[in-house]
Amino acid sequence: MAKVVAVTGNEAVANALKQVNPDVCAAYPITPQTEMMQRFASFVSDGKVKTELILVESEHSSMSACVGASAAGGRVVTATSSQGLALMYEILYIASGTRLPIIMPVVNRALSAPLNIHGDHSDAMGARDTGWIQLWSENAQEAYDNAIQAFRISEHMDIRLPAMVCLDGFIISHSIERIEYLEDEEVRDFVGEFRSLNPLLDIQHPVSYGPLILTDYYMEYRKAQEIVASKVSGIVLEVARDFEKISGRKYGLFETYRLEDAEIGLVILNSAAGTSKDVVDEFRDRGIKAGLLKPRLYRPFPFRETGEALKHLKAVCVLDRADAFGGSYGPVFLDVATSLYPYRERPILINKIYGLGGRDYMPEHAELVLNELARIVQTGTVGSYKEYIGVRE
Amino acid sequence: MAKALTLKELSKKEVLISPGHRMCAGCGAPSVVKMILLASDYPIIASNATGCLEVSTCISDYTAWKIPWIHNAFENAAATISGVETMYRSLKKQGKIDREIKFIAFGGDGGTYDIGFQSLSGAMERGHDMLYICYDNGAYMNTGIQRSSATPFGADTTTRPAGSVVQGKTEQRKNLTKIMAAHNIPFSAQASPSHWSDLVKKVRKALDIKGPKFMNIISPCNRGWRSRTDDSIFLTRLAVETCYWPLYEIEGGVTKITFKPKEKKPIADFLKQQGRFKHLFKPENEELLTRIQADIDREWERLQKEEACFAS
Repeated sequence: MAKVVAVTGNEAVANALKQVNPDVCAAYPITPQTEMMQRFASFVSDGKVKTELILVESEHSSMSACVGASAAGGRVVTATSSQGLALMYEILYIASGTRLPIIMPVVNRALSAPLNIHGDHSDAMGARDTGWIQLWSENAQEAYDNAIQAFRISEHMDIRLPAMVCLDGFIISHSIERIEYLEDEEVRDFVGEFRSLNPLLDIQHPVSYGPLILTDYYMEYRKAQEIVASKVSGIVLEVARDFEKISGRKYGLFETYRLEDAEIGLVILNSAAGTSKDVVDEFRDRGIKAGLLKPRLYRPFPFRETGEALKHLKAVCVLDRADAFGGSYGPVFLDVATSLYPYRERPILINKIYGLGGRDYMPEHAELVLNELARIVQTGTVGSYKEYIGVRE
Repeated sequence: MAKALTLKELSKKEVLISPGHRMCAGCGAPSVVKMILLASDYPIIASNATGCLEVSTCISDYTAWKIPWIHNAFENAAATISGVETMYRSLKKQGKIDREIKFIAFGGDGGTYDIGFQSLSGAMERGHDMLYICYDNGAYMNTGIQRSSATPFGADTTTRPAGSVVQGKTEQRKNLTKIMAAHNIPFSAQASPSHWSDLVKKVRKALDIKGPKFMNIISPCNRGWRSRTDDSIFLTRLAVETCYWPLYEIEGGVTKITFKPKEKKPIADFLKQQGRFKHLFKPENEELLTRIQADIDREWERLQKEEACFAS
């Protein structure tokens, strides 16, 4: 039976970690993630989990210790935000290249400079090509549910890849919401016993991790990793089906909201999707066929499915809470544009950058964008393909 | 407490780093690793910082390691083994594993004194049951002999080459063994492959002590030292006999010199065998040689005084 509670996003995810009860957790404080690991540490102090904590001296060591602990042969978690994720960057590739199923909630926060502790997606977007699975969450319930599912996905014997569970800093991490918790046994049965693969601690069968591989075989290794990544979306769906059985909550590769017959649509990640859905409803009430797509599995990106879901629209705006400073578009826009490229008939695409450094995303922003899309459909002309919104001129 | 081993007994044990690895002829590191693995009566799991030892012992699909071994990155051998050791404690607590296993991290001086210093300091402070071994050859030898904070004063390196204005390294070495002891860890020591019995004894003692331990082991690199490949052990003996590399241990805060040369040899005996110090023997650099000797004399005095503090 589900238990209904009112908790912050951080608390909800900390509770998911408690219910999974990992063997080792490396923790280092960083705003806005700190509360999550603090809560988890108190579960350790109170004997509510079997977990051994490693209170590292930096996030670099956090991820390094996670790699060691995971290769040793057990279930491993850590959590971070922003600069912490950036400091881990080097070891993120090693965790995925070594195929270690480490789980890491990422409480999304802006990157320095200038220093800013509030929510945007530039941290996880910077790590989007590190070979990690990324699951994104609109609210605390989704963050809790994704955290539990992440273990099953990541530890699946066909992939064995690390996974990030992304939730918006402060907006979700620090706001109190209504959450339905699963029972401890339900979570325990769902994730199952950890199955180790070539553990270092099996001293009867010594293995070497982290070899040097030069021009002769490096490329084959990379190709193998790409093949493994291609299996992730199928496993995400399989795990979602099992999760629905115990929770009644349905998950996919992304969520579509009133999209099937839509003519204009928004693509938007995480908490701002909630605000946008309300505005989509208002447009529908006015007889305008608006819809929305909210990515969930952002890495590996389900290009084919995303393209299929959006191809029938006339105009789409991708809203990015991070910019890619390459003189082009925001990261989500680039992926969505790629997903639509194979189609001869495809929607007009525009890109808005919003909400950087915790700048509020308000219903009027969604309204502004949807009005612009309606105008594009009407006139067939685009004013600006990329624009910052909610910003002082 | 494990008893001391004779050379004959050691020779009967299985060598856990196999021949066929690609370390240079004359390199000290594989000899050091071999001695350490022979010294242990416990099963060992090791981590290895990126560096010569790592790149030369595990080139896919081959490995020279007959023990479980992990290479993660350059600066994190200590954090990595701290993760392995923590998983061991967790699974032991849960009754999923019962064997006694010991954990060793290997790093060169670049990966230990410099880039891995924070990772090492953190792991030592956290109290993991592990032994960190630094094989110190005094420069970034793997990338081609660049200066590190372990490079001795005056040494010629590719990033501080002896030229017409600069006479090699202009700074002193960092005293890492003492910095590690200042973490109040139970055991911090220096050893040399030339004194194998002392080295083996220290490793055995360290593995028997619970908690974080550190050993700094001088390891010749004939490429970087510009010395003869068959002089490696001879040179490390000279390093000890000139008191450039004193053999001592700090156990439970108590300093003990484990080898005192009957007659301390002049440092020039050690330096003149190595091309990296050749420029110091030019008449105009006499002052530098005098300074090096004075630095060594002062440190040796200091070490003896420290030891005397505890002698009662």
